[in-house]
Amino acid sequence: MDDVLFQLTALFHVLVFPGFVFLVLVALFAEWVDRMLYARLQNRIGPPWFQPFADFLKLVAKQEIVPELADKGMFKLTPLVALASVVTALLYIPLWSHDALFAFPGDVIVVMYLLTIPTVTFFLGGWYSRSMFSMIGAARTLMQLFAYEIPLFLSILAPALLANTWSLTAMSHYYAAHPAYAAFNVIGFCVALVALLGKLERVPFDSPEAETEIVAGAFTEYSGRRLAFFRLAISIEMIVGASLLAAVFLPFGLGLGSVAGFVLYLVKVFAIVAVLTLMRTLFARLRIDQMINFCWKIGAPVAFVQLLIDLIAKGALGV
Amino acid sequence: MADRRRVNIPFGPQHPALKEPESFLLTLGGEKILAAGVRLGYNHRGIEKACEERTYIQDLYLVERVCGICSHSHSTCFVQAVEEIAGLQIPKRAVYLRTLIAELERIHSHLLWLGVAGHEVGFDTLLMYTWRDREVVMDLLAALTGNRVNYGMNTIGGVRRDITPEQAGQILTAMDVLEERTRYYIGVVTEETTLINRLSNVGKLSYDDAVHLGAVGPTARASGVDRDVRRDDPYAAYEDVSFKVITDTHCDVYGRAVVRVLELMEAYSIVRQLLKKLPDGPVTVKAPRKIPAGEAVGRYEAPRGENVHYVKANGTDKPERVKVRAPTLANVQVVAHMLKDGYLADMPIVVAAIDPCFSCTDRLIAVAHAEPRPPETLTWDELRTYGIDWYRKRGVDFTHLNRTFGNGAT
Amino acid sequence: MKNPGKMLREVLESLVSKPATIRYPAVTVTMPDKFRGKLDFCAEKCIGCKLCMRDCPTGAITIRKVGDKRFACDIDMAKCIYCAQCVDSCMKKALAITGEFELAQLNRDKLRVTWEACGTPALGRENEPKSTAEAAVPQTPQDAGPETNADPKNDPPPKA
Repeated sequence: MDDVLFQLTALFHVLVFPGFVFLVLVALFAEWVDRMLYARLQNRIGPPWFQPFADFLKLVAKQEIVPELADKGMFKLTPLVALASVVTALLYIPLWSHDALFAFPGDVIVVMYLLTIPTVTFFLGGWYSRSMFSMIGAARTLMQLFAYEIPLFLSILAPALLANTWSLTAMSHYYAAHPAYAAFNVIGFCVALVALLGKLERVPFDSPEAETEIVAGAFTEYSGRRLAFFRLAISIEMIVGASLLAAVFLPFGLGLGSVAGFVLYLVKVFAIVAVLTLMRTLFARLRIDQMINFCWKIGAPVAFVQLLIDLIAKGALGV
Repeated sequence: MADRRRVNIPFGPQHPALKEPESFLLTLGGEKILAAGVRLGYNHRGIEKACEERTYIQDLYLVERVCGICSHSHSTCFVQAVEEIAGLQIPKRAVYLRTLIAELERIHSHLLWLGVAGHEVGFDTLLMYTWRDREVVMDLLAALTGNRVNYGMNTIGGVRRDITPEQAGQILTAMDVLEERTRYYIGVVTEETTLINRLSNVGKLSYDDAVHLGAVGPTARASGVDRDVRRDDPYAAYEDVSFKVITDTHCDVYGRAVVRVLELMEAYSIVRQLLKKLPDGPVTVKAPRKIPAGEAVGRYEAPRGENVHYVKANGTDKPERVKVRAPTLANVQVVAHMLKDGYLADMPIVVAAIDPCFSCTDRLIAVAHAEPRPPETLTWDELRTYGIDWYRKRGVDFTHLNRTFGNGAT
Repeated sequence: MKNPGKMLREVLESLVSKPATIRYPAVTVTMPDKFRGKLDFCAEKCIGCKLCMRDCPTGAITIRKVGDKRFACDIDMAKCIYCAQCVDSCMKKALAITGEFELAQLNRDKLRVTWEACGTPALGRENEPKSTAEAAVPQTPQDAGPETNADPKNDPPPKA
């Protein structure tokens, strides 16, 4: 009986709160915050609060066209895989308490991989669309993956090294015990923010889906429901990415209890979303070669510096 | 390199980067453009022929609609040619007003271009701000002429509307606002790192190539070609005002952006000088409905470059022949040259850098055969086969559509 | 001099300033004086010289004789390019421009406007009086009511 209850609770957590349903609502709301802020930064009024919901419903209701030449199976499967992997990633991230829903030693690596899967599905979906613009977009997606993943991994790795654990939950406990140590990771936070822009394919790193160059990149051939799922996956990825950054780099106030902790969590996530929005307002799109140069020549070395700082700190503090 | 896989991609006639139908066939090796071809003619409207069917007064409004952005340039160019044939002496005030509208139009066109350039490189914030400020001059044009785009200011023998002293004051205030904003945009264009990264060393056009390929307007001036009809062959009131012809030696898209923003500053100064010197008097002289036989060429420095209209009159109230050469026609060959050896990612901004206006450009091209061919009648199937073959020869294969739609789809 | 994020101050200032865009069409927009919008025709002034018809670049305007020295005017607003050359050509100032610019219609017939008397446009050719010369032409807007506004769905809002 207890077993069944535990499974039901787990199912509720995964599907409703803080899993799928909650995540969809927050993600769509975050999309509105992003668009609204983007508009206000550009001196425009911006869309009403329900616009992302309306867009989602509109896309779901629309006819879906699968290209004749596309690999049907891959074409149809990839949006669902993208959506599933980002939702799963959230379950291992501590949100407003010290403990994530599920945790095991090594879940940092799992979360990072789960967050990589959407990018891979963008590539696969685009590649198997067999359309010229999709394939160019897919190739760029993959190139970009190799550019931003290194700085992102390195910058997440550094705080984990300091905490001497591969589990996000354990990291959160460690930084709760030593809140001042989070200050060591400021550089890593900046690198991770920039790398997250690359992961989310947002300006200035949006060349994989640059509208004026290659229509919509990997998503060119997608329409209707599956495009809606892809877009939703990107919105959720933004929330999950922001939650990950908040958990790793801003591990404050996790013991405040459920209500205050929840509010603080939302504040942290939306603050990160606001920074991402500000960055996309300020810059022009980098060409893919410029993007790779930037990530390898600036992003990766700076992340290495972060790693060194944490290693030295570890030695000096004797932890 | 030779065995590297080459891909032909059709860029247009429908593509998000192009606001008008135009086709570029690109041969790609990876992200690099190995060869580029331009194909015109998707937007032929038969304007020249239509001009021959209408009276001069009706033609005024027709040629004004050659271009949706530099409408005043076409109508002024046409009306100057007609007035030359008719031997009309235009009142000084009318000439000044024409020049005034011309410069206001240049301001709106260059601000528009700056926004479009920002959009093409994914810098939408620049687009939003420049277009917001462009509204200042658009509102001004609407108040002065009665419309935002097709001003309808010119008539044969002068201009249709006078301006009041209050309006002159409004213009001066607007110029101050815009000058301050343009200073800011000069700062953005010359300092914002990501923007410079995307504009510098892109779409290179050397001085020699610019001269050889006959580039005009800011495209040529950014390659150091010191050429401007306003100074070289002054029309309207340009003799009475002093201004610098802006040139630049960057020879790339960045140079073209710099030329345009600096030209904005010159335009503000010209507008101020015109308003200061604005003579009193009538704004029209009576023009005959029938224009005596003769021919003339109108030249005009439009925001995009030199605009040329040729008009031949035969003594009736309708022209015998009107020929329009929009500046984009002169620049479109330059684009094919500039695209070569560039990146696919730079294609939109290179095309946008000439500030293209493709529908203005499209004129009829008649292919004269040495031996006249008998007329052929093609059935639908034959026409489709012909079309598929035509594209296959150029490296684009549509045969898979046969499988999709088959013959039954007809 | 390179300066990444050059527009930072400008965009942050926009956060607190009023947006430049407006909630059109919830907010009404007025055009400047003498904006070339929809045409207006005054039958009393028209002398039937048809100069407007001759100069119209698109043939959007038609003047018909409907009685002794009385003329009606048909304007096809789908053809009209709002250049107002007819207003310039008219020697008796029977034609005028209004600032009205929200003229989009789903029904093409609604774009054809007929003026029988000063300031009372009736829409749609089917509303024309059947007879021409012998028909009693309405003298005032009130008189025009029953005859020209036969189809209430085609009614324009009454003009001030």
